[in-house]
Amino acid sequence: MEWEPVIGLETHAQLSTRSKMFSGASTAFGAAPNTQACAVDIALPGVLPVTNRAGVERAIRFGIAAGGAINTRSVFARKNYFYPDLPKGYQISQYELPIVRGGSIPIHVGEVEKVIRLTRAHLEEDAGKSLHQDFRGMSGIDLNRAGTPLLEIVSEPDMRSAAEAVAYAKTLHALVRWIDICDGNMQEGSFRCDANVSVRPAGAERLGTRCEIKNLNSFRFLERAIQFEVQRQIEILEAGDRVSQETRLYDPDRDETRPMRSKEEAQDYRYFPDPDLLPLVVSEEWIAQIRATLPELPGAKRDRFQREFGLTAYDASVLTAGPEIAAYFEKAVRELPGQAKLVANWVMGELSARLNKEDIDFNQSPVPPTALAGLLRRVADATLSGKLAKEVFDAVWAGEGDADRIIELRGLRQISDAGELERIAAEIIQSHPAEVADYRGGKEKAFNFLVGQVMKATKGKANPAQVNQILRRLLSG
Amino acid sequence: MLNASLSELSSALARRAVSSVELTKLFLERAQRLNATLNAFITLDPEATLAQARAADALLARGEGQALTGIPVALKDIFCAQGWLTTCGSKILSNFVSPYDAHVVERLQAAGAVNLGKTNMDEFAMGSSSETSFYGPVRNPWEQTRVPGGSSGGSACAVAARMAPVALGTDTGGSIRQPAALCGISGLKPTYGVVSRFGMIAFASSLDQCGPMAKSAADLAPMLNAIAGFDARDSTSLERPREDYARCLDQPVAGMRIGLPKEFFASGLAADVARALEAALAEFRALGCSIVEVSLPQTRLAVPTYYVLAPAEASSNLARFDGVRYGYRAPDYADLREMYMKTRAQGFGAEVKRRILIGTYVLSHGYYDAYYLQAQRLRRLVAQDFANAFGRCDVLMGPTSPTTAFKIGAKTADPVQMYLTDIYTIPAPLAGIPALSIPCGFGEDGLPVGLQIMGNYFDEARMLNVAHQYQKATDWHLRAPPIE
Repeated sequence: MEWEPVIGLETHAQLSTRSKMFSGASTAFGAAPNTQACAVDIALPGVLPVTNRAGVERAIRFGIAAGGAINTRSVFARKNYFYPDLPKGYQISQYELPIVRGGSIPIHVGEVEKVIRLTRAHLEEDAGKSLHQDFRGMSGIDLNRAGTPLLEIVSEPDMRSAAEAVAYAKTLHALVRWIDICDGNMQEGSFRCDANVSVRPAGAERLGTRCEIKNLNSFRFLERAIQFEVQRQIEILEAGDRVSQETRLYDPDRDETRPMRSKEEAQDYRYFPDPDLLPLVVSEEWIAQIRATLPELPGAKRDRFQREFGLTAYDASVLTAGPEIAAYFEKAVRELPGQAKLVANWVMGELSARLNKEDIDFNQSPVPPTALAGLLRRVADATLSGKLAKEVFDAVWAGEGDADRIIELRGLRQISDAGELERIAAEIIQSHPAEVADYRGGKEKAFNFLVGQVMKATKGKANPAQVNQILRRLLSG
Repeated sequence: MLNASLSELSSALARRAVSSVELTKLFLERAQRLNATLNAFITLDPEATLAQARAADALLARGEGQALTGIPVALKDIFCAQGWLTTCGSKILSNFVSPYDAHVVERLQAAGAVNLGKTNMDEFAMGSSSETSFYGPVRNPWEQTRVPGGSSGGSACAVAARMAPVALGTDTGGSIRQPAALCGISGLKPTYGVVSRFGMIAFASSLDQCGPMAKSAADLAPMLNAIAGFDARDSTSLERPREDYARCLDQPVAGMRIGLPKEFFASGLAADVARALEAALAEFRALGCSIVEVSLPQTRLAVPTYYVLAPAEASSNLARFDGVRYGYRAPDYADLREMYMKTRAQGFGAEVKRRILIGTYVLSHGYYDAYYLQAQRLRRLVAQDFANAFGRCDVLMGPTSPTTAFKIGAKTADPVQMYLTDIYTIPAPLAGIPALSIPCGFGEDGLPVGLQIMGNYFDEARMLNVAHQYQKATDWHLRAPPIE
């Protein structure tokens, strides 16, 4: 029996507003416990919520960027349940009328492209944190996070593999950072995914029973958890049993999903419109204003890079994976028009590798775009050989100055003077009669050896193309 | 002084004929003396109160006094006041000292008023008799075996018994008007949204309103002036141009059209109350008003609608009282669930629990549409009734309560009997329109009868006008209960 996994993701993105969704307390991460929770956040008797306009604006930004529709009238609803990190005993969320409906996220897995549809996105507030260790059998409640704005983004169950789910999560992650609504810091909990996973016989129409895996806060865990869960459900079904609908957690140490400790009966949240808040009405004018402030979106930038700079689809994709790499590339290439491919190769290759290794962002690169352009200019005009370019790059990174200065100081100028190269080539031919004889006897390897010797004699500075040409000529004569 | 009007007190203070400290001591002393029997106050803190009186005297000495400077005001214990125990009549907040002031408390303070003390009330404002308080029932100063009405019974009693010249109460289904009627004083529920709810412990968010209680309409006006107005901290607070609610008190009311909803004069209304109403209406005719019969057909649905919506909102609003962050927490528990259950079982009284259960039920899956959603639709019809009626009249009048004050304990056996006493006061908050009650006579047992005046949205000034003209022609509002 062939089984098809069916996966939908619910993602909670913390919106990067300075204050909370319904109060003026700060959202800054890392403060001492319960120092960033005001009367409203603590749910003292008599306090009331006030909607944070910046949170609404970010939700609208997302809706537009994801190609969804903005509901000009949406409603905040109370989701009622008891837990110590939920001070009011209810969470202010949106239920029947969310602020964003529809939308889609295009993904690619390898070469295959696919569009994942969104159901909706809505605004809500985050709960506080419960800490169960270190309190001697009790639990510690930190309400700093209570009230932080969240955008809950719900996808349709369009994904068919863990790989697709990860591609979706990564693309969504890049998008929310791109439009500057969320810092995407998964370790700090700014971007959390829940996965709804079921399986069904391949080709079947009806959906199988699904399980929800909660709070996956790394792409790696997301992938592993889904893989495990799919396998677990297949095994159950193949044994003739039924999958029970439940909420599960992923245990990274054991690499398995488990039912949540507190066996939850189906929770009735008794949603009703929050009578302390008016319906959220946003004008078409405001939506238009927000649309105008959006940066060029990844898809549009990717297409433009292909058009304007003649890049391949793949290269354009890589260079638009994030706003920083795209900005870097564009700045560098504008300094060196006509060399887009060269710049692209270096940005995607040498520069990326070095930044990755040292865990630095593109916008903090010790080799800024103009410096890279300066270096590549010398490669393009043959002043610098490809090989030595790496040495110069390292020196620029280390802060020794710009490319021209380093080339000068270290005497790395490529030797293209035909006369000079002929003299050296002739010397090498003179001093290696055996290899010359081998070459004349048909061994191509011997030729490479002689080229190498010329390069060695010039300390790598000889123009390799010319060396080739000159040696061939001298050896044939 | 105890019987003086607000403007008389205000001018005496301004003239320095009396100081705020002297005036406040006068009321404080009486309050402390009478509280043992009447139980109108939960908290009296003479030191804190007199400190405020001294500050007011400093303002008055500099000639910076306003209408309320130096005036002692009793606050229903539903209003958070910084540094004051704020219990909402409940055990679950019996140790809660508020770290902040409610908006209305800030406003009164800015106006130079003095916090006389926190008055007793039905627990979490749920009740019509002030019998459900954890701190014991309040007694009607006219007859101490009887209820003062509720839930603002303590505030009504304090004003009626001359323990305070003015007080603040709250009204969700009638909790200002009905105790005002049963205690023979004047009380006003403003249009929803006119007074900020920030710092007012929530019972039913879409119905709750804060309002003044005093001996006359003329005294209600400056109080409303002090507390009304936009507050950014309350998202349901309305932003409107400032108005002076006293501006047309003295206007003649000849020609005003008074509508009488026929559903308010049907069976269920006690005969002696009906008689007092008749006499009041004759007075209005004498003042030149015309009387027209109108109909509010959805009146019979108002009580069930209210008793679905208010408990629903309350069940959610009271979820925060869980023993985790403040307030009472049960002393013995084995785990979280037990802590929640014991804390709320021990901390809440029976009526509060009843309403939380009803509210949870009507919001629950499978019942939401039939109850909550349906009640919201009916609410709109009730509002439409008023809109239709105001097409034919300027104000509506009728009884506030179907009977005079009943005996303590008479209606506690059957909650529905208690709920039905709200029959005339519930429609106005469902629609959000303003409504007030003024004394208009006595029943056959010598107990006060209240006349209810309802107006269109934002028509408080006109309502106070017609009430004031009535009070100039009559003296019911000057009667005081026979207490030393």
